[in-house]
Amino acid sequence: MQKLSLRDRIKKARASASDSFRGGKLMSSIFRPGSPFRKGYVDSPRNRSYVVMNNVLYHLHPVKVKRHGVRLSYTLCLGGLSFFLFIVLTITGIWLMFYFRPTELAYVDIQTLQTSIAFGSLVRNMHRWGAHLMVLVVFLHMSRVFYHGAYKAPREFNWVIGVILLLLTLLLSFTGYLLPWDQLAIWAVTVGGNMAGYTPVIGAQAKFGLFAGLEATTATLLRFYVLHVLFLPFIIVIFMAVHFWRVRKDGGISGPL
Amino acid sequence: MVDIPEHLLQRSAEARAKALGISVEQALAEMKGESDPTVISKEPEVKTIDETPAPAAETPAPAAETPAPAAETPEEVDFAPEVKVTQRLLTVVKAKPIQKAVSEPVDKVNTWPHLMLPEFVSLMAMTAFLILLSAILQAPLLEEANPNVTPNPAKAPWYFLGLQELLSYWDPQIAGVMIPLVLGIAIWMAFPYIDRNPETHPSKRKFAIMFYTFFLAGAGVLTIIGVLFRGPGWNWTYPWIDGIWFDDLLDWIHFE
Repeated sequence: MQKLSLRDRIKKARASASDSFRGGKLMSSIFRPGSPFRKGYVDSPRNRSYVVMNNVLYHLHPVKVKRHGVRLSYTLCLGGLSFFLFIVLTITGIWLMFYFRPTELAYVDIQTLQTSIAFGSLVRNMHRWGAHLMVLVVFLHMSRVFYHGAYKAPREFNWVIGVILLLLTLLLSFTGYLLPWDQLAIWAVTVGGNMAGYTPVIGAQAKFGLFAGLEATTATLLRFYVLHVLFLPFIIVIFMAVHFWRVRKDGGISGPL
Repeated sequence: MVDIPEHLLQRSAEARAKALGISVEQALAEMKGESDPTVISKEPEVKTIDETPAPAAETPAPAAETPAPAAETPEEVDFAPEVKVTQRLLTVVKAKPIQKAVSEPVDKVNTWPHLMLPEFVSLMAMTAFLILLSAILQAPLLEEANPNVTPNPAKAPWYFLGLQELLSYWDPQIAGVMIPLVLGIAIWMAFPYIDRNPETHPSKRKFAIMFYTFFLAGAGVLTIIGVLFRGPGWNWTYPWIDGIWFDDLLDWIHFE
């Protein structure tokens, strides 16, 4: 009998430990059939389908997609990146909520966040630049869709949903703009709110509703805060769900041209 | 009218010939001769064929026509109809799906790994880019909000600066701007219902492409002017001479 070298013995032991763990009851209960984390995963067409079908996140996707659609040059992944940025903003935003009070203390809270809290500055920067990036990416996504004529039948209604999503993105960004409660925030929101005041017929009411008064005060801050962290995300998630669902129901990605 | 396949016709003729005691060729000729000139619709044809073994059992109820075979058929009842079942060709239905397939088969690939891998890579790239950007550039934080001190100029967030620029041109006729703007959003949403051209290739929808590009260029130019070329009093300034009045870029460009 040939004696195994130490390295081979370790290798063998590791493989058997991995197999008994990945094939064990725990992993089989967590991961559904076809998961690469289960024991005995092989790259087969059946398992490729299972990977998508048996995962709650991945099954937003269909099992198969049009070949031209997976080319990066077709979509530039802009829709996916919009969604991903929304997730990044949700995570960093929830983190920021731990350190922020939408009152006269807001400005002090931001200062404290930047100077005395670990990664405070980084997370705030990610949230801010990510928000600007999301506006840009959503806009580019819309332009991509337009240039491909992807809004045409049967996808007309999904374009309407998409425009609503863009407006909601702008509103989310705009309501977040006020929260640092510095001179930049208050005056940008004042200018923006005054523009809303020029809306025909309901201008004055729109402005009053937005500011919770005649000008930007801490009442406005609270209002924008609630809109920003709860109301608008709630609405936008509903519209996003419909948007993604319709992408699939309308026959997947459009094209090829 | 579906053509009866040759082999079925042949089989039918054989059965008929057997039943009537005539030659197969004759039966075939009769069948063909009958069906060609007179009957066009499916129904009479069915009757004609239906009728063949009938003399033994019963004459078909709608005996609209009693064509040639009847005359030739000798009244020989040498089998009980319930015992000997003859095959009868009623009609031929062409093999076709009941439902019409709407979609053409398309070239597809598995989502895993062909879509999800590039997706994952772009998400990682975006994350890396965002973290890097956030590590390098500090988000602006000016003095605490003070309603009594108005900065000059006061600028909206960058995505509204094109609009702010536009409003600065027609300040007295604000309604003249806002009404088209509200209408613009409505038209923008309704665009798929306005543009009924089904073509997607750019060369076949030149107007739509031109329209959008014009809008894009206009929005871009107005935004850039608003961000970079407007200083105190919303007066025209050159960023390379007079500096930039846009506090979002505070950490991006160092003026001194």
